Amino acid sequence: MELVIAAAIGILAGSGVWLVLRPRTYQLVIGLALLSYAVNLFIFSVGRLRVNAPPVLDGALEPSAYTDPVPQALVLTAIVIGFATTALFLVVLIVSRGLTGTDHVDGREG
Amino acid sequence: MDIAPAHIVIAPVLIPLAVGALLLFFDDRERRLKLVLSLLSALFVLATSVLLLLRVHTGQGTTALIYLVGNWPIPIAITLVADRIATVMLVLAAALAIPSLLFAAERWEKVGPHFHSLFQFLLVGLNGAFLTGDLFNLFVFFEVMLAASYGLVLHGGGAARIRPGLHYIAINLGASLIFLVGIAMIFGATGSLNMAEIALRAEKLEGFAQPALHVGLALLGVAFMVKAGMWPLGFWLVPAYASAAGPVAAVFAMLSKVGIYSLLRLALLLPGQGTAFGSVIIFTGGVATILFACLGVLASQSMKRASAYFLLMSSGTLMAAFGMSHPPSTAGALFYLLSSTLAVGAFFLVVEVLEREQDAASNVLAVTLEAYGDGEEEDEEEPEVGRTVPGAVAVLGVSFCLLAMVLIGLPPLTGFIAKFAILTSLLGPGTDVLAGNQMRIVLAILLVLSGFVALIGLSRMGIRVFWAPVEPFTPKITVMETAPILLLLAMLVGLMVQAGPVMDLLNTTARDLHEPYRYLQAVFGAERTPPFAGRPH
Repeated sequence: MELVIAAAIGILAGSGVWLVLRPRTYQLVIGLALLSYAVNLFIFSVGRLRVNAPPVLDGALEPSAYTDPVPQALVLTAIVIGFATTALFLVVLIVSRGLTGTDHVDGREG
Repeated sequence: MDIAPAHIVIAPVLIPLAVGALLLFFDDRERRLKLVLSLLSALFVLATSVLLLLRVHTGQGTTALIYLVGNWPIPIAITLVADRIATVMLVLAAALAIPSLLFAAERWEKVGPHFHSLFQFLLVGLNGAFLTGDLFNLFVFFEVMLAASYGLVLHGGGAARIRPGLHYIAINLGASLIFLVGIAMIFGATGSLNMAEIALRAEKLEGFAQPALHVGLALLGVAFMVKAGMWPLGFWLVPAYASAAGPVAAVFAMLSKVGIYSLLRLALLLPGQGTAFGSVIIFTGGVATILFACLGVLASQSMKRASAYFLLMSSGTLMAAFGMSHPPSTAGALFYLLSSTLAVGAFFLVVEVLEREQDAASNVLAVTLEAYGDGEEEDEEEPEVGRTVPGAVAVLGVSFCLLAMVLIGLPPLTGFIAKFAILTSLLGPGTDVLAGNQMRIVLAILLVLSGFVALIGLSRMGIRVFWAPVEPFTPKITVMETAPILLLLAMLVGLMVQAGPVMDLLNTTARDLHEPYRYLQAVFGAERTPPFAGRPH
């Protein structure tokens, strides 16, 4: 399980970084979105990974065997904020496309 | 004096939040109403911040006022911590916001929608970031502040603003992701988000948790340094600030200080006895930033770009001085922070007035008018001999000159006092602690050098604009635009006159920062307010 999550985070982050370094604004926004997925998964996995277990704590059980719920709460906030900023960024990209006539991040082909 | 005793701590966040939301309901044409509400909110924030500062500073043995959100017990509660440094920053932010708002009233609030709401939300983010004692909340307030700043940096629109604005947003979104990874690693290592509790647990970490915490802190440091504009993470800052509207750039002078504030707070609160975490890196980055800003000041032709480089110069000086992790240097640097933030903010406003007469569009217009024979104005012009200096030029010239003195560090204004305080802390009597520390020599040389570079850059600028203009120089400035500039100058003069008491306050602030046990005691000593009177429990 750890390997799968780690690989997923790695691939998402790697693709994200590559896309962010590309010159087109569309690539940039997709790259940032992929990076934020990687970060969200990372936060999620900080609270320990456990599979095939009920999510509700039973008083009789050892709490250290369960995942920490706090990162799961944090990741919700992070997702919402990331969603909002991506939407805002998209608007700016469209305005930039309209004003400069190109979708290059520098506002001119080069 | 006990009006709303506990809740006053959260007022600097709640007031602008409520006013900003309220202003959304009004049409943008209701300018006066919006301006008045916006100003009232800023004034209230200033009043509560001053009240908080006085309470913290004059209270017997008080380090901080703690507010437990929702009245949960420590450490479950999200805490707001109004200690000396936080309240000083609150007062500074409000003091800079009021003149910026006044200045915007003349021109800038009209050129785009929802200026005042965005401005209020910016204040929410700023004040929240200063007050919070919780890492994740720091992130949330940073995002609130940044989201508002994205709107403000593009305020006024136009391709020239969109291009650097796009870079600004992209870089800051990336920095926010790094911030999040850092928070997650710190939480993974210590199991807490409360800064005081992290500091407490950091000392007892074993095995893998220790390096994990350090990596997390380093990542947070990177995010803060991007905000502060440290070289080589700050290339986005100059184009973005130089293209932003004048009053926006003025209040953004405060924005980059949030990065420095957070850096200082976390570096000193967290591991290490005596020296700040990563202080060598902070120092080196600061030195590199000063050098980069010096080159920038000398190289820039446009005054707005030069003022953005002055902002970088002040960021660099602050980081280098904090990197000494020597309490008297920190106190001197805090004074420099107050002085340079107000001065750079005012300088952005002055430059805005000077430069709008000289931008490309108005030059073209002037040429066109000449070619098509609108020569009436020239006929009215008096002969050169005996012509008095127009009032606008006099006001702008004197303001420019005074601000230049602050930025260069000439006596008697605050820039000199600040640099003198830092230099004394490095080389003066009682600096045996620093013996053998070569960093102090480097910093002392750079402080003097940056002053000299500022002198060259500003004299060149002043001569070009006021003494030897290519075209007749007749800036137009209204009372509404003069007042905020004079207000900021008055604050600088006030700071100069009251330098003694202010330095006392800042020395105590630096002591609190360098002895984090006081902060920890204050946070863990916070008591829940009792339930409503007469209610059984």
